[in-house]
Amino acid sequence: MEKSLNWYEFIITRLIKASGYSAILFVALIFFFLVREGIPTFGEVESTSLLNIRWYPIEDRFGILPLITGSIIVTFGATLIAVPFGIGTAIYISEIAPRWVREILKPLVELLGGLPSVVLGFLGILVLSPFLRVFLDLPTGLTAFTGSLLLGGIAVPTVVSVAEDALDAVPRAYREGAWALGATRWQTIWRVTLPAARSGVLTAIMLGVGRAIGETMAVMMVTGNAPVLATQLGSLFSPVRTMTATIAAEMGEVASGSTHYHVLFFIGMVLFLISLGVNIAASSVVFRAKKRAERILS
Amino acid sequence: MVDKIIIEDLSLQYSDGTESLRDVSLKVPEKAVTVLFGPAGGGKSTLLRCLNRLNDLTEVRASAGRILIDGQNVLDPDTDVIALRRKVGMVFARPVVLPMSIRENLTYGLELAGEKHRSKLDEAVERSLKLAALWDEVKDRLEDPAIALSGGQQQRLCLARSLALQPEIILLDEPTSGLDPISTGKVEAALVELKKEFTIILVPHSVQQAARTADYAAFFLQGELVEYSEGKGLFTAPKEKRTEDYVTGRFG
Amino acid sequence: MKRSLSLNRHLVQRLGFTAITLMAVATVIPIVATVIYIFAQGLPAISLEFLTDFPHDGMRAGGILPAIIGTLYLTIGTAIFSVPLGIAAAIYLSEYAADTPLTRTIRIAIINLAGIPSVVYGLFGLGLFVLFLKFGTSILAASLTLSIMTLPVIISTAEESLRAVPQAFRTVSISLGGTRWQTIRRIVLKEALPGILTGVILGLERAAGETAPILFTGAAFFLPRLPGSPFDATMALPYHLFVISTQVPEMPIQIQYGTALVLLVFVLTMNLIATVIRSRARAKRQW
Repeated sequence: MEKSLNWYEFIITRLIKASGYSAILFVALIFFFLVREGIPTFGEVESTSLLNIRWYPIEDRFGILPLITGSIIVTFGATLIAVPFGIGTAIYISEIAPRWVREILKPLVELLGGLPSVVLGFLGILVLSPFLRVFLDLPTGLTAFTGSLLLGGIAVPTVVSVAEDALDAVPRAYREGAWALGATRWQTIWRVTLPAARSGVLTAIMLGVGRAIGETMAVMMVTGNAPVLATQLGSLFSPVRTMTATIAAEMGEVASGSTHYHVLFFIGMVLFLISLGVNIAASSVVFRAKKRAERILS
Repeated sequence: MVDKIIIEDLSLQYSDGTESLRDVSLKVPEKAVTVLFGPAGGGKSTLLRCLNRLNDLTEVRASAGRILIDGQNVLDPDTDVIALRRKVGMVFARPVVLPMSIRENLTYGLELAGEKHRSKLDEAVERSLKLAALWDEVKDRLEDPAIALSGGQQQRLCLARSLALQPEIILLDEPTSGLDPISTGKVEAALVELKKEFTIILVPHSVQQAARTADYAAFFLQGELVEYSEGKGLFTAPKEKRTEDYVTGRFG
Repeated sequence: MKRSLSLNRHLVQRLGFTAITLMAVATVIPIVATVIYIFAQGLPAISLEFLTDFPHDGMRAGGILPAIIGTLYLTIGTAIFSVPLGIAAAIYLSEYAADTPLTRTIRIAIINLAGIPSVVYGLFGLGLFVLFLKFGTSILAASLTLSIMTLPVIISTAEESLRAVPQAFRTVSISLGGTRWQTIRRIVLKEALPGILTGVILGLERAAGETAPILFTGAAFFLPRLPGSPFDATMALPYHLFVISTQVPEMPIQIQYGTALVLLVFVLTMNLIATVIRSRARAKRQW
């Protein structure tokens, strides 16, 4: 009986270990295939021309700069919305709201995080964009600003849940210490709790930004899809095109193996590396905070 | 009296090299209560965990010495640790009942070993509960969740859980540290009965408990076995000054 | 002087709390409004015919049955690949892995998988499953793509649930002669199951609503028949909504809202099931 148990357990343990390593395998695979189909770009298109300001594949113009600025401007706008509202809501849930409100609010925010972005983009087209066109007196409602608003709403749940976890994790003793010294709850939040949760809150912001950069459908549906270089603040109110939207919109129409096809994969590579960068930055923030904590506690 | 366990020149250390026990030699006679007592950090709990190889879960390694149980060195890598842990039962400081019914808590160990017969399991349940002096209190509610029991009952349940596997040795690591005096008394009374059949090693949570229960006593201080006596001599007429200082409460 | 100072601080607190509360309200109201609005606009379109019929007249009439079935197939397909793998990986991280550079690399890999844009997953799926492995535009390719995308969510929530099980249970099980796997199967996994299930459902909910990963790997706009094998392409609710709201001229608004509503209900139901599992488990917990 013992013998068969050992053999069975041995196989299961091996399978479990293999599953553990699989995450690394998948990241490597993804990177490999992006590179495989994206690198030929450099053989077919002049590298410097990629930094041109015209994206016009029909005429073999593959300047990705307008796409990059499109992504930047929309993400920037989204961050301006998601960070204050996200952190504010997280503070409310964690520090101010009474118990019963928390119980309702947390699932509600989680619900927002689960709403398919295509549904939000859909409402963006039918409701938000006409409203903004009228309200702001613009020629079209499909602009970077509309995209930012929608994207901000999409990124908020990520920011809220990570930030709220971080605030929650701050030991009760910190707050009680501040109250004992006569601080109001408001002062405690800003001078004690929030600084203590600093690394977690920063992570929340970075993950929110990552979410915004990576969003495809909602942005594609409401930003107007005009690959025009965004040069001034006013561009916020004209149509733009993001990198993600470009891939989604054009991939269906390219011939497999064509230059256009390779360039789209190249853009995918860029997006992959950006998200890699954001995640490594976020992990290093947490890592450094942990090291600091370990030094203080030891 | 036959020696059930012989510990020879045992030294233990943590993975970073700090020592937990230094050159400990001790003989544990069978069917009696041997008490290991002393201030915190003395290495007693670590020693207990080596006896059933629970130190495998932590970062404690034996750097020297042997532990012979019935003549076999249990520190040997070839040891069948599963069988060892059934032979050497353990009760921990805080009662940890498994998230199951009372009955399932007791049959858990047997089911791990592959026992399936309902009658054998029922018999084990009754036998071990009676040995732990808990049978009368729970016999009508064996299907209730174990978490519903009081602290003292839970600890006796943990004792019964180990007994269900019919061990030969029982290790108790400060088993009554969280319990009220009445529950403590019940556990100590159970030990008096149990020592007729089992070899018991107890780490008490107070010198008084050590004095009450010991057939043999060993005083540990900072990883060293300072003094050992048969009977209660260690408490009434200690030979070492350090022992006397601790027993009379000059430090601790 | 002291009195006015104290009044000042409390005034600041009042204002501050009000501002923060308003922010939270401003975040929540759009969520509620969105759901209510879609229900209001979409409910008139819902009929038995809408849910069980095929589309007619270039999607402008009839029902959306193939899209509903397609999303169902994709969700099941995603579950088949991502759930066992994800739970096993979580068990590895929680019960077996020591704090080594290899383990840290695995964790970084998982965080990265979680952050990759969904459209990049679509590219990857196209490159690997559709073209290289020659599965073609198929349910299989789309499900595999969605699975890898869902993996990080399942792994992290499952690992969290496993870690939440008190360490003392494991110690007790081992001390009674249990092996590591026996301990995991009989106690740790059993107690962590509700939490794991919640994570799985939330992960699958996200997969069901995604469009970009299936765009080039499995989604088709119109198919005259339901898919017959995993190698067939399929219609799917998110993709369907996308196309009818952006690329079909003279599309009746009613049908658009109806489609959005069906997708929303699909997602909300999964969310509700997950929430219910989580709260019932919390109430029944014996630790």
